Amino acid sequence: MQELINLFVKSIFVENMIFAYFLGMCSYLAVSKKVSTATGLGAAVIFVLVITVPLNWFIQEFILKEGALMWLGDDFATIDLEFLQLIMFIAVIASTVQLVEMLVEKFSPALYGSLGIFLPLIAVNCAILGSSLFMIQKEYDLVESLVFALGSGVGWFLAIVAIAAIRERLKYSNVPAPLRGLGITMIITGLMGIAFMSFMGIKFS
Amino acid sequence: MAEAVEEVKKAPAESLFSKRRRKFVTDPLNDDNPVTIQVLGICSALAVTTKLEPTFVMSIAVISVIVCSNLIVSLIRNLIPSRIRIIVQLAVIASLVILVDQILKAYLYDVSKLLSVFVGLIITNCIVMGRLEAFAMGNKPWDSVLDGLGSGIGYAWIILAVAFCRELFGFGSLFDFKIFHAIGWENFPTNGLMTSPVGAFFILGIIIWIQRYKTGYVEHN
Repeated sequence: MQELINLFVKSIFVENMIFAYFLGMCSYLAVSKKVSTATGLGAAVIFVLVITVPLNWFIQEFILKEGALMWLGDDFATIDLEFLQLIMFIAVIASTVQLVEMLVEKFSPALYGSLGIFLPLIAVNCAILGSSLFMIQKEYDLVESLVFALGSGVGWFLAIVAIAAIRERLKYSNVPAPLRGLGITMIITGLMGIAFMSFMGIKFS
Repeated sequence: MAEAVEEVKKAPAESLFSKRRRKFVTDPLNDDNPVTIQVLGICSALAVTTKLEPTFVMSIAVISVIVCSNLIVSLIRNLIPSRIRIIVQLAVIASLVILVDQILKAYLYDVSKLLSVFVGLIITNCIVMGRLEAFAMGNKPWDSVLDGLGSGIGYAWIILAVAFCRELFGFGSLFDFKIFHAIGWENFPTNGLMTSPVGAFFILGIIIWIQRYKTGYVEHN
Protein backbone atom coordinates (compact mmCIF):
# COMPACT_ATOMS: atom_id res chain seq x y z
CA MET A 1 0.00 0.00 0.00
CA GLN A 2 2.78 2.36 1.07
CA GLU A 3 4.58 1.77 -2.19
CA LEU A 4 1.48 2.43 -4.23
CA ILE A 5 0.90 5.77 -2.53
CA ASN A 6 4.51 6.67 -3.11
CA LEU A 7 4.21 5.71 -6.76
CA PHE A 8 1.04 7.79 -7.09
CA VAL A 9 2.61 10.89 -5.57
CA LYS A 10 5.80 10.39 -7.55
CA SER A 11 3.99 10.13 -10.86
CA ILE A 12 1.96 13.26 -10.16
CA PHE A 13 4.64 15.59 -8.86
CA VAL A 14 8.18 14.30 -9.33
CA GLU A 15 7.91 12.52 -12.67
CA ASN A 16 5.25 14.81 -14.04
CA MET A 17 4.47 14.06 -17.68
CA ILE A 18 4.90 17.69 -18.73
CA PHE A 19 7.68 18.98 -16.51
CA ALA A 20 9.92 15.94 -16.43
CA TYR A 21 9.26 14.14 -19.72
CA PHE A 22 7.68 16.79 -21.97
CA LEU A 23 4.94 14.39 -23.01
CA GLY A 24 1.71 15.71 -24.44
CA MET A 25 3.23 19.13 -25.04
CA CYS A 26 1.39 19.66 -28.32
CA SER A 27 -2.09 19.61 -26.84
CA TYR A 28 -0.77 21.25 -23.68
CA LEU A 29 0.28 24.27 -25.72
CA ALA A 30 -2.62 24.25 -28.15
CA VAL A 31 -5.59 23.79 -25.81
CA SER A 32 -4.45 25.87 -22.83
CA LYS A 33 -5.98 29.20 -23.73
CA LYS A 34 -9.08 28.78 -21.55
CA VAL A 35 -9.46 27.05 -18.19
CA SER A 36 -12.77 25.40 -19.08
CA THR A 37 -11.48 23.66 -22.22
CA ALA A 38 -8.24 22.75 -20.46
CA THR A 39 -10.24 21.07 -17.69
CA GLY A 40 -12.22 19.08 -20.26
CA LEU A 41 -9.11 17.89 -22.07
CA GLY A 42 -7.37 17.06 -18.80
CA ALA A 43 -10.31 14.96 -17.63
CA ALA A 44 -10.41 13.15 -20.97
CA VAL A 45 -6.69 12.37 -20.71
CA ILE A 46 -7.07 10.90 -17.21
CA PHE A 47 -10.00 8.83 -18.44
CA VAL A 48 -8.22 7.42 -21.48
CA LEU A 49 -4.96 6.79 -19.60
CA VAL A 50 -6.68 4.77 -16.89
CA ILE A 51 -8.27 2.57 -19.54
CA THR A 52 -5.44 2.14 -22.04
CA VAL A 53 -2.44 1.58 -19.77
CA PRO A 54 -3.87 -1.53 -18.01
CA LEU A 55 -5.22 -2.72 -21.38
CA ASN A 56 -1.76 -2.44 -22.88
CA TRP A 57 -0.38 -4.25 -19.85
CA PHE A 58 -2.59 -7.22 -20.70
CA ILE A 59 -1.53 -7.07 -24.36
CA GLN A 60 2.13 -7.01 -23.38
CA GLU A 61 1.78 -9.76 -20.79
CA PHE A 62 -0.35 -12.19 -22.78
CA ILE A 63 0.59 -11.53 -26.41
CA LEU A 64 3.78 -9.61 -27.00
CA LYS A 65 6.31 -10.68 -24.38
CA GLU A 66 8.73 -13.49 -25.09
CA GLY A 67 6.97 -16.69 -24.10
CA ALA A 68 3.72 -14.86 -23.43
CA LEU A 69 1.83 -17.00 -25.89
CA MET A 70 2.34 -20.06 -23.66
CA TRP A 71 -1.40 -20.24 -23.06
CA LEU A 72 -1.87 -21.26 -26.69
CA GLY A 73 0.24 -24.37 -26.23
CA ASP A 74 3.89 -25.30 -25.84
CA ASP A 75 4.67 -24.70 -29.52
CA PHE A 76 4.28 -20.97 -28.96
CA ALA A 77 6.61 -20.76 -25.96
CA THR A 78 9.56 -19.34 -27.87
CA ILE A 79 7.74 -16.69 -29.86
CA ASP A 80 8.78 -13.12 -29.15
CA LEU A 81 6.52 -10.50 -30.68
CA GLU A 82 8.00 -7.51 -28.89
CA PHE A 83 8.84 -5.76 -32.16
CA LEU A 84 5.11 -5.34 -32.73
CA GLN A 85 4.79 -3.36 -29.50
CA LEU A 86 4.53 0.12 -30.99
CA ILE A 87 1.96 -0.68 -33.64
CA MET A 88 -0.12 -2.77 -31.23
CA PHE A 89 -0.15 -0.04 -28.59
CA ILE A 90 -1.10 2.71 -30.99
CA ALA A 91 -3.85 0.52 -32.43
CA VAL A 92 -5.18 -0.19 -28.93
CA ILE A 93 -5.10 3.49 -28.05
CA ALA A 94 -6.76 4.64 -31.25
CA SER A 95 -9.52 2.04 -31.04
CA THR A 96 -10.10 2.61 -27.31
CA VAL A 97 -10.49 6.30 -27.94
CA GLN A 98 -12.98 5.58 -30.70
CA LEU A 99 -14.87 3.12 -28.50
CA VAL A 100 -14.94 5.42 -25.50
CA GLU A 101 -16.19 8.20 -27.71
CA MET A 102 -19.07 6.08 -28.98
CA LEU A 103 -19.97 4.80 -25.51
CA VAL A 104 -19.91 8.24 -23.94
CA GLU A 105 -22.03 9.60 -26.78
CA LYS A 106 -24.60 6.85 -26.26
CA PHE A 107 -24.86 6.79 -22.49
CA SER A 108 -24.00 10.28 -21.35
CA PRO A 109 -24.73 12.98 -23.92
CA ALA A 110 -23.97 15.68 -21.35
CA LEU A 111 -20.46 14.37 -20.75
CA TYR A 112 -20.04 13.92 -24.50
CA GLY A 113 -20.95 17.54 -25.04
CA SER A 114 -18.18 18.72 -22.76
CA LEU A 115 -15.60 16.03 -23.51
CA GLY A 116 -16.45 14.81 -26.99
CA ILE A 117 -14.47 17.16 -29.16
CA PHE A 118 -11.27 16.41 -27.23
CA LEU A 119 -11.41 12.65 -27.45
CA PRO A 120 -10.15 12.27 -31.04
CA LEU A 121 -7.29 14.65 -30.22
CA ILE A 122 -6.14 12.32 -27.49
CA ALA A 123 -5.36 9.40 -29.79
CA VAL A 124 -2.21 11.20 -30.87
CA ASN A 125 -1.32 12.66 -27.49
CA CYS A 126 2.21 11.54 -26.66
CA ALA A 127 1.36 11.28 -22.96
CA ILE A 128 -0.88 8.27 -23.61
CA LEU A 129 1.56 6.24 -25.70
CA GLY A 130 4.41 7.45 -23.48
CA SER A 131 2.79 6.14 -20.31
CA SER A 132 2.27 2.74 -21.88
CA LEU A 133 5.90 2.61 -22.95
CA PHE A 134 7.12 3.76 -19.52
CA MET A 135 4.93 1.13 -17.91
CA ILE A 136 6.73 -1.53 -19.94
CA GLN A 137 10.15 -0.02 -19.34
CA LYS A 138 9.71 0.19 -15.56
CA GLU A 139 8.19 -3.31 -15.38
CA TYR A 140 5.10 -2.43 -13.37
CA ASP A 141 2.54 -5.07 -12.49
CA LEU A 142 -1.16 -4.61 -13.11
CA VAL A 143 -2.03 -2.64 -9.96
CA GLU A 144 1.08 -0.51 -10.21
CA SER A 145 0.39 0.34 -13.81
CA LEU A 146 -3.15 1.37 -12.93
CA VAL A 147 -1.87 3.65 -10.17
CA PHE A 148 0.85 4.97 -12.46
CA ALA A 149 -1.71 5.75 -15.18
CA LEU A 150 -3.97 7.57 -12.73
CA GLY A 151 -1.02 9.49 -11.29
CA SER A 152 0.35 10.61 -14.64
CA GLY A 153 -3.13 11.60 -15.76
CA VAL A 154 -3.71 13.72 -12.68
CA GLY A 155 -0.26 15.28 -13.06
CA TRP A 156 -1.00 16.21 -16.66
CA PHE A 157 -4.40 17.59 -15.64
CA LEU A 158 -2.81 19.78 -12.95
CA ALA A 159 -0.23 21.11 -15.37
CA ILE A 160 -2.66 22.04 -18.15
CA VAL A 161 -5.19 23.66 -15.80
CA ALA A 162 -2.46 25.67 -14.11
CA ILE A 163 -0.99 26.95 -17.37
CA ALA A 164 -4.45 27.77 -18.72
CA ALA A 165 -5.20 29.86 -15.64
CA ILE A 166 -1.90 31.71 -16.03
CA ARG A 167 -2.48 32.29 -19.74
CA GLU A 168 -5.91 33.74 -19.12
CA ARG A 169 -4.27 36.35 -16.91
CA LEU A 170 -1.40 36.85 -19.31
CA LYS A 171 -3.76 38.23 -21.93
CA TYR A 172 -3.82 41.51 -20.06
CA SER A 173 -0.09 41.89 -19.60
CA ASN A 174 2.33 43.60 -21.91
CA VAL A 175 4.57 40.84 -23.22
CA PRO A 176 7.22 41.76 -25.85
CA ALA A 177 5.65 41.11 -29.25
CA PRO A 178 7.90 38.28 -30.52
CA LEU A 179 7.59 36.47 -27.21
CA ARG A 180 3.79 36.47 -27.22
CA GLY A 181 2.02 33.14 -27.33
CA LEU A 182 4.39 30.20 -27.56
CA GLY A 183 7.54 31.90 -26.31
CA ILE A 184 6.20 33.19 -23.02
CA THR A 185 4.29 29.95 -22.46
CA MET A 186 7.52 27.98 -22.72
CA ILE A 187 9.27 30.24 -20.23
CA ILE A 188 6.37 30.07 -17.78
CA THR A 189 6.30 26.29 -18.13
CA GLY A 190 9.97 26.34 -17.22
CA LEU A 191 9.24 28.37 -14.09
CA MET A 192 6.45 25.98 -13.15
CA GLY A 193 8.90 23.15 -13.68
CA ILE A 194 11.26 24.75 -11.15
CA ALA A 195 8.40 24.93 -8.67
CA PHE A 196 7.63 21.27 -9.22
CA MET A 197 11.30 20.39 -8.68
CA SER A 198 10.78 21.18 -5.02
CA PHE A 199 8.75 17.97 -4.71
CA MET A 200 11.82 15.93 -5.61
CA GLY A 201 12.56 13.15 -3.13
CA ILE A 202 9.18 13.36 -1.40
CA LYS A 203 8.32 10.07 0.27
CA PHE A 204 5.88 8.65 2.78
CA SER A 205 7.31 6.05 5.06
CA MET B 1 0.63 26.31 -45.76
CA ALA B 2 -2.51 27.30 -47.61
CA GLU B 3 -0.53 29.07 -50.33
CA ALA B 4 1.73 26.08 -50.77
CA VAL B 5 -1.26 23.85 -51.48
CA GLU B 6 -2.72 26.28 -53.97
CA GLU B 7 0.57 26.69 -55.77
CA VAL B 8 0.60 23.04 -56.62
CA LYS B 9 -1.83 23.40 -59.51
CA LYS B 10 0.97 23.98 -62.00
CA ALA B 11 2.32 23.77 -65.50
CA PRO B 12 3.48 20.35 -66.80
CA ALA B 13 7.07 19.12 -66.89
CA GLU B 14 9.03 21.35 -64.60
CA SER B 15 12.52 20.56 -63.46
CA LEU B 16 13.10 18.43 -60.36
CA PHE B 17 14.42 21.37 -58.39
CA SER B 18 12.40 24.24 -59.80
CA LYS B 19 11.98 27.41 -57.78
CA ARG B 20 8.58 26.31 -56.53
CA ARG B 21 9.96 22.99 -55.31
CA ARG B 22 12.97 24.56 -53.65
CA LYS B 23 10.49 26.59 -51.64
CA PHE B 24 9.09 23.37 -50.12
CA VAL B 25 12.48 22.74 -48.58
CA THR B 26 13.49 26.27 -47.63
CA ASP B 27 10.18 27.53 -46.23
CA PRO B 28 9.99 25.28 -43.17
CA LEU B 29 13.55 26.16 -42.22
CA ASN B 30 12.66 29.62 -41.00
CA ASP B 31 9.46 31.38 -42.06
CA ASP B 32 7.21 28.39 -41.54
CA ASN B 33 9.22 26.37 -39.05
CA PRO B 34 7.27 23.37 -37.72
CA VAL B 35 8.48 23.79 -34.14
CA THR B 36 8.65 27.51 -33.52
CA ILE B 37 5.90 28.81 -35.81
CA GLN B 38 3.45 25.94 -36.22
CA VAL B 39 3.98 24.66 -32.65
CA LEU B 40 4.20 20.99 -33.57
CA GLY B 41 6.42 18.22 -32.31
CA ILE B 42 7.53 19.99 -29.15
CA CYS B 43 7.45 16.85 -26.99
CA SER B 44 10.39 15.11 -28.51
CA ALA B 45 12.10 18.38 -29.36
CA LEU B 46 12.78 18.84 -25.67
CA ALA B 47 13.09 15.40 -24.20
CA VAL B 48 16.11 14.17 -26.15
CA THR B 49 18.13 17.35 -26.18
CA THR B 50 20.37 16.99 -23.13
CA LYS B 51 23.31 16.07 -25.37
CA LEU B 52 24.16 16.52 -29.02
CA GLU B 53 24.78 12.89 -29.94
CA PRO B 54 21.31 11.46 -29.16
CA THR B 55 19.76 14.61 -30.60
CA PHE B 56 21.62 14.10 -33.85
CA VAL B 57 20.46 10.49 -34.08
CA MET B 58 16.91 11.54 -33.21
CA SER B 59 16.83 14.20 -35.89
CA ILE B 60 18.02 11.76 -38.53
CA ALA B 61 15.37 9.28 -37.39
CA VAL B 62 12.62 11.90 -37.58
CA ILE B 63 13.73 13.19 -40.99
CA SER B 64 13.73 9.68 -42.44
CA VAL B 65 10.33 8.86 -40.95
CA ILE B 66 8.79 12.08 -42.28
CA VAL B 67 10.26 11.66 -45.76
CA CYS B 68 9.34 7.97 -46.11
CA SER B 69 5.84 8.33 -44.70
CA ASN B 70 5.17 11.36 -46.91
CA LEU B 71 6.33 9.35 -49.91
CA ILE B 72 4.26 6.26 -49.07
CA VAL B 73 1.08 8.13 -48.21
CA SER B 74 1.42 10.31 -51.28
CA LEU B 75 1.78 7.21 -53.48
CA ILE B 76 -1.38 5.61 -52.09
CA ARG B 77 -3.29 8.83 -51.49
CA ASN B 78 -5.94 8.05 -54.10
CA LEU B 79 -6.60 4.60 -52.63
CA ILE B 80 -7.24 5.75 -49.04
CA PRO B 81 -10.91 6.27 -48.18
CA SER B 82 -11.07 9.56 -46.36
CA ARG B 83 -13.06 8.17 -43.41
CA ILE B 84 -10.27 5.88 -42.27
CA ARG B 85 -7.32 7.97 -43.39
CA ILE B 86 -6.10 8.66 -39.85
CA ILE B 87 -5.78 4.96 -39.07
CA VAL B 88 -4.01 4.31 -42.38
CA GLN B 89 -1.59 7.15 -41.71
CA LEU B 90 -0.94 5.88 -38.19
CA ALA B 91 -0.26 2.38 -39.52
CA VAL B 92 2.25 3.70 -42.07
CA ILE B 93 4.01 5.85 -39.47
CA ALA B 94 4.05 3.09 -36.86
CA SER B 95 5.60 0.57 -39.27
CA LEU B 96 8.32 3.03 -40.24
CA VAL B 97 9.04 3.86 -36.60
CA ILE B 98 9.31 0.16 -35.76
CA LEU B 99 11.84 -0.12 -38.58
CA VAL B 100 13.86 2.81 -37.21
CA ASP B 101 13.66 1.42 -33.67
CA GLN B 102 14.92 -2.00 -34.73
CA ILE B 103 17.76 -0.49 -36.78
CA LEU B 104 18.84 1.66 -33.84
CA LYS B 105 18.73 -1.31 -31.47
CA ALA B 106 20.84 -3.34 -33.87
CA TYR B 107 23.53 -0.83 -34.79
CA LEU B 108 23.49 1.96 -32.20
CA TYR B 109 22.45 0.21 -29.02
CA ASP B 110 23.88 2.78 -26.59
CA VAL B 111 22.10 5.67 -28.22
CA SER B 112 18.86 3.73 -28.44
CA LYS B 113 19.08 3.09 -24.69
CA LEU B 114 19.53 6.83 -24.12
CA LEU B 115 16.58 7.72 -26.32
CA SER B 116 14.49 5.01 -24.61
CA VAL B 117 10.79 5.55 -25.23
CA PHE B 118 11.27 8.64 -27.32
CA VAL B 119 11.99 6.70 -30.50
CA GLY B 120 8.58 5.09 -30.14
CA LEU B 121 7.06 8.47 -29.54
CA ILE B 122 7.98 9.59 -33.07
CA ILE B 123 4.64 7.93 -33.92
CA THR B 124 2.79 10.61 -32.04
CA ASN B 125 5.06 13.41 -33.22
CA CYS B 126 2.54 15.87 -34.57
CA ILE B 127 4.89 17.04 -37.34
CA VAL B 128 4.74 13.69 -39.11
CA MET B 129 0.96 13.43 -38.84
CA GLY B 130 0.55 17.10 -39.71
CA ARG B 131 2.57 16.86 -42.92
CA LEU B 132 0.70 13.75 -44.04
CA GLU B 133 -2.64 15.37 -43.39
CA ALA B 134 -1.79 18.80 -44.78
CA PHE B 135 0.46 17.94 -47.67
CA ALA B 136 0.99 14.33 -48.69
CA MET B 137 -2.73 13.55 -48.95
CA GLY B 138 -3.09 16.06 -51.77
CA ASN B 139 0.23 16.21 -53.59
CA LYS B 140 2.47 14.22 -55.91
CA PRO B 141 5.16 11.94 -54.45
CA TRP B 142 8.25 13.98 -55.35
CA ASP B 143 6.75 17.21 -53.99
CA SER B 144 5.81 15.36 -50.81
CA VAL B 145 9.35 14.04 -50.39
CA LEU B 146 10.76 17.56 -50.67
CA ASP B 147 8.15 18.91 -48.28
CA GLY B 148 8.96 16.19 -45.77
CA LEU B 149 12.66 16.90 -46.11
CA GLY B 150 12.07 20.60 -45.47
CA SER B 151 9.95 20.04 -42.39
CA GLY B 152 12.35 17.43 -41.08
CA ILE B 153 15.35 19.72 -41.42
CA GLY B 154 13.41 22.61 -39.93
CA TYR B 155 12.72 20.43 -36.90
CA ALA B 156 16.28 19.12 -36.78
CA TRP B 157 18.01 22.48 -36.65
CA ILE B 158 15.82 23.65 -33.78
CA ILE B 159 16.49 20.60 -31.64
CA LEU B 160 20.19 20.68 -32.52
CA ALA B 161 20.33 24.33 -31.45
CA VAL B 162 18.62 23.50 -28.14
CA ALA B 163 20.96 20.56 -27.59
CA PHE B 164 24.00 22.69 -28.44
CA CYS B 165 23.13 25.22 -25.72
CA ARG B 166 22.20 22.56 -23.18
CA GLU B 167 25.31 20.45 -23.64
CA LEU B 168 27.63 23.44 -23.83
CA PHE B 169 26.38 25.10 -20.64
CA GLY B 170 25.19 21.99 -18.84
CA PHE B 171 28.20 19.72 -19.32
CA GLY B 172 30.80 22.09 -20.80
CA SER B 173 31.23 19.78 -23.77
CA LEU B 174 30.14 19.29 -27.37
CA PHE B 175 29.58 15.75 -28.71
CA ASP B 176 31.19 14.64 -25.42
CA PHE B 177 34.34 16.61 -26.26
CA LYS B 178 35.32 18.74 -23.27
CA ILE B 179 35.57 22.01 -25.13
CA PHE B 180 36.39 24.26 -22.21
CA HIS B 181 39.16 21.96 -21.03
CA ALA B 182 40.62 22.06 -24.50
CA ILE B 183 40.90 25.84 -24.55
CA GLY B 184 42.43 25.83 -21.10
CA TRP B 185 39.44 26.93 -19.02
CA GLU B 186 39.71 24.13 -16.49
CA ASN B 187 37.03 25.05 -13.98
CA PHE B 188 34.24 26.22 -16.27
CA PRO B 189 31.15 26.50 -14.07
CA THR B 190 28.57 24.10 -15.55
CA ASN B 191 24.94 24.91 -14.96
CA GLY B 192 22.85 22.11 -13.51
CA LEU B 193 19.64 23.79 -14.61
CA MET B 194 20.53 23.17 -18.25
CA THR B 195 20.79 19.42 -17.77
CA SER B 196 17.37 19.30 -16.10
CA PRO B 197 14.16 19.48 -18.15
CA VAL B 198 13.57 23.05 -17.02
CA GLY B 199 16.57 24.33 -18.97
CA ALA B 200 15.04 23.05 -22.21
CA PHE B 201 11.94 25.16 -21.73
CA PHE B 202 13.99 28.32 -21.22
CA ILE B 203 16.31 27.65 -24.14
CA LEU B 204 13.44 26.92 -26.51
CA GLY B 205 11.56 29.99 -25.27
CA ILE B 206 14.60 32.14 -25.97
CA ILE B 207 15.20 30.58 -29.41
CA ILE B 208 11.56 31.28 -30.30
CA TRP B 209 11.96 34.84 -29.09
CA ILE B 210 15.05 35.48 -31.22
CA GLN B 211 13.62 33.75 -34.26
CA ARG B 212 10.29 35.56 -34.16
CA TYR B 213 12.09 38.82 -33.61
CA LYS B 214 14.02 38.19 -36.83
CA THR B 215 11.05 37.01 -38.91
CA GLY B 216 8.62 39.54 -37.42
CA TYR B 217 6.00 36.88 -36.75
CA VAL B 218 3.62 37.85 -33.94
CA GLU B 219 1.01 35.61 -32.39
CA HIS B 220 -2.30 37.19 -31.43
CA ASN B 221 -4.18 35.70 -28.58
